[in-house]
Amino acid sequence: MSLEALIPAFYVFALAAFLGYQVISRVPPLLHTPLMSATNAISGISLVGSIVIAGAGGTMVARILGFVAVTCATINVVGGFGITDRMLKMFKRKDAVAVKDKETGVKNNGGGA
Amino acid sequence: MELYRTLFIEFSYLVASILFILGLKGMSHPETARRGMHLAEFGMLMAVIGTLLHHEIVSYEWIIAGLLVGSTIGAMMAIWVPMTAMPQRTALSHAFGAFAAALVGIAEYYQHGAALGQVTMTALCFEVMLGALTTTGSLMAFSKLQGLVRGTPMTWKGQNVFNMTLLAATIGCFVYVLIVPTAATIFYVMIGLAFVFGIMLVLPIGAADMPVVMSLLNSYAGLAAAATGFALSNNVLIIAGTLDGFSGFILSILMCRAMNRSMTNVLFGAFGSAATAASTDGQQGDMREISLDDAAVQLAYANQVIFVPGYGMANAQAQHIVRELAETLEKRGVSVKYAIHPVAGRMPGHMNVLLAEANVPYSSLYELEQINPEFQSTDVAVVIGANDVVNPDARDNPKSPIAGMPILEVDRARSVIVLKRGKGKGFAGIENPLFFKDRTGMLYGDAKDSLTKLVQAVQHA
Repeated sequence: MSLEALIPAFYVFALAAFLGYQVISRVPPLLHTPLMSATNAISGISLVGSIVIAGAGGTMVARILGFVAVTCATINVVGGFGITDRMLKMFKRKDAVAVKDKETGVKNNGGGA
Repeated sequence: MELYRTLFIEFSYLVASILFILGLKGMSHPETARRGMHLAEFGMLMAVIGTLLHHEIVSYEWIIAGLLVGSTIGAMMAIWVPMTAMPQRTALSHAFGAFAAALVGIAEYYQHGAALGQVTMTALCFEVMLGALTTTGSLMAFSKLQGLVRGTPMTWKGQNVFNMTLLAATIGCFVYVLIVPTAATIFYVMIGLAFVFGIMLVLPIGAADMPVVMSLLNSYAGLAAAATGFALSNNVLIIAGTLDGFSGFILSILMCRAMNRSMTNVLFGAFGSAATAASTDGQQGDMREISLDDAAVQLAYANQVIFVPGYGMANAQAQHIVRELAETLEKRGVSVKYAIHPVAGRMPGHMNVLLAEANVPYSSLYELEQINPEFQSTDVAVVIGANDVVNPDARDNPKSPIAGMPILEVDRARSVIVLKRGKGKGFAGIENPLFFKDRTGMLYGDAKDSLTKLVQAVQHA
């Protein structure tokens, strides 16, 4: 990156920071755990950098580093989004809970995951 | 052709960035959160597809292998990790994210070395340093949460001085590499030092302070990804990393505020060790034990009951039986609410997720400010494995080590039932006057066990 390219990059950074602040301060404490796992999954975007390194015709060492990086980032992306969805599925309104109880017809006896 | 390819890649990154932001915006309400996340998932898919078309990529074996292995492990985690283990899992994923960022930086330096130029080098060093210390720091947090390592703060004399020296040495290497970019050895020494610093940073922090540390590590992992974006001139990386970084930062501030402590105090205060000595100045009186039947009668004939869950509930996996008790009470016409302290548990929002898992509707979960005025008109407050968050000393005793921390004012309720494993002190080792009050009844034993018996007793009351 050249010095000239640095300035637009800082613009992007500053605007993303501002936007992030606005968006994230609206998230209720109720959803803070899913929020953390969601932002985690999103920051798995370093997958993008890892893929290029794993696939570019570099040395063996570089490729292996790339492979490990792709693996780690993918774990975050797949695991992070998967688990976020699993959590969010559980948050129900009162009437939704009542409906579900009627369907299953039993009390939830500590089965769960 | 080449131009179209570049355009398509950039377009996919732009779409991904927008979808990530929309996805997080959805998080502002539980009704829209899932849809938001689907948008973000689609954004990620776009970004990956775009990247696969990158002109530098000549072979796909390693990429596909990594994607397959990662997806398998990730999917297994997503399906099988129990909700009670969410803090550990999150700590582990901070480690993975940060490690990936660090590796990308190392590989870049390994391949191009001094040819990268000073601006890129600066970003790259930030990326590698943050990535390395977050990796080991998160692994340390994971070990503490998982119980592999003692959860209590580990401190020794001169620890802060040692840590500061270590940090200074790391930064020294950082600066040196910027001036002499060919000094590969120093670059790797810096990484090594950063790895050690990560461990040292988390060692003295007790499990009760984990919500802050988790948020902070979340922030670092995000900033490492953002630094990767600077090093690779990639906007989507900068945007996604910054969003993650700021989210973690905001959460850590919220957590600190919920404990009335500064970030420095959490990181370097080694809470709990020094505090123990200060608070032993004579809590007098006896803790009154309450029988199951008495507790059941109190609950059964109450108008309003508020449950206050803490880490003890998670530890005993008692969330389902709490809900069953609540339901039994509601059938008798008792109004039941749940009071959630922001730092109850081991990560932000921990209690909410567990109760949601147990099928408690989110409209019954109340935040501190909402619920505190209600305790006065509450007949019974049931504290399930929470301690410091209900300690009235934080409000009344300016000398208390947790003075000024906002608490759930359960001592204002007409009567309090405390479910506790044993007579010992809470995690931070601070005496809790709530337990000595006349209106407080202690119900010792495993929370799950006690609650199961309570459900039966209430049914017969």
